Amino acid sequence: MAKPKLALYWAAACGGCDVAVLDTNEKILDIAALADIVLWPIAVDFKYHHIETMKDGEIDLCLFNGAIRNSEQEKIARLLRSKSKVMVAFGACACFGGIPALGNLTNRAEIFERVYLEAPSNNNESKTVPLTQTKVAEGELELPEFYDTVMTLEQVVKVEYFIPGCPPPVDLILTAVNAFATNTLPPAGAIIASDKTLCDECEREKEDKKITKIVRPHQIVPDTKKCLLEQGIICCGPATRGGCGQRCLKVNMACRGCFGPPPGVIDQGAKMLSAIASIYQVNDEEGVSRLINEVLDPVGTFYRFGMADSMLKRKRIQKA
Amino acid sequence: MSSKFEPRIVGFLCNWCSYSGADLAGTSRVKYPPNVDIIRVMCSGRVDPTFILKAFEKGADGVLVCGCHPGDCHYAEGNYKAGRRIPLLKKMLSQLGIEEERLRLEWVSASEGERFAAVVRDMTEQVRKLGPFSGNGGGKNG
Repeated sequence: MAKPKLALYWAAACGGCDVAVLDTNEKILDIAALADIVLWPIAVDFKYHHIETMKDGEIDLCLFNGAIRNSEQEKIARLLRSKSKVMVAFGACACFGGIPALGNLTNRAEIFERVYLEAPSNNNESKTVPLTQTKVAEGELELPEFYDTVMTLEQVVKVEYFIPGCPPPVDLILTAVNAFATNTLPPAGAIIASDKTLCDECEREKEDKKITKIVRPHQIVPDTKKCLLEQGIICCGPATRGGCGQRCLKVNMACRGCFGPPPGVIDQGAKMLSAIASIYQVNDEEGVSRLINEVLDPVGTFYRFGMADSMLKRKRIQKA
Repeated sequence: MSSKFEPRIVGFLCNWCSYSGADLAGTSRVKYPPNVDIIRVMCSGRVDPTFILKAFEKGADGVLVCGCHPGDCHYAEGNYKAGRRIPLLKKMLSQLGIEEERLRLEWVSASEGERFAAVVRDMTEQVRKLGPFSGNGGGKNG
């Protein structure tokens, strides 16, 4: 019997998700023994046209990491979708937009202005910005269209499974691959992680959650045994899905929310905002304004990985 | 003649004080604009920020949250929680390009029918000036 075909692709992402696949170490050989890799831009030399010539549904499993930020990523997402039986949103960017989706606080024009014109390291006297089509003597050149808004993979194509994380931890990758190999995948739509919140799984000592001051991680040396939130550090554990193995907490870093909202929560940022406001023990106006000032960047803190997946999705574009 | 923009405002009113206050405005036949769609909740502390985002997502032009005056909460401190959540949410909404005036928190007791009407009048005019809220957008170039 022919081996199943596996495709891996990266869109708007940092490359960490691909590295996470390599982090399976010797197990990567099992994956290679289990499946024929037909596309993996970071590691093997197959081209888009190889995929285009395949039949629909010929790829058995596609692990797609990265958000959708430009037209090339959208095109390949649609191509891989039509050629793949099972599409997996792999990593926080594909699942929720991830860090790239913080770009939804701005838009294409502002980003181009900053990156190509304003940035002090530029030497761009002709004020060139990327165009989708440029005429040169030799003919016409094309570049992908850069979108105003970063989208999750599911906002572009149908997705069967979600493996969250920045990047997804190795044990979850192997769980998913094993489930695929043994034909024991959960029902479509499943998120391959825990069904509890991170707080629920956290082993730190927890007492009454009452704080009177929010501190930033560099301002204190946190106790390694106690709840970080109770020490005044914003830890997104109450509004984040567990299953990550508490990688951050084990090195005394607060959760930043890369596993997305827990079951039953629609908007991770709104829930986290609510939690912080609830435990902050002030009732007078002066105290409330202190709270507001201490949360320096609510969107960046509460939607660090989830802006594209949130209810409002982006900074408002004023429609004329 | 262009027709006047009529804002749609979602009002979350606590069961114990503000809803009774709105009721009193009605039974006292105090006039106020019909622009607020009232949703009765048990406490202003029950108003999850998700509700407010959902109202905006579904096309509300403004959201009004009313609870008992400080010290009067039926559940001791629900209104204080609202009093922290709403200002923090306002800060977040302003980062997302949503004007602060579209979200308002007011304390209205059961005896303050006239005050409820005044709040609604004032907010309706404020939101009318801001114009319609048509969502934050989404999709690749919207």
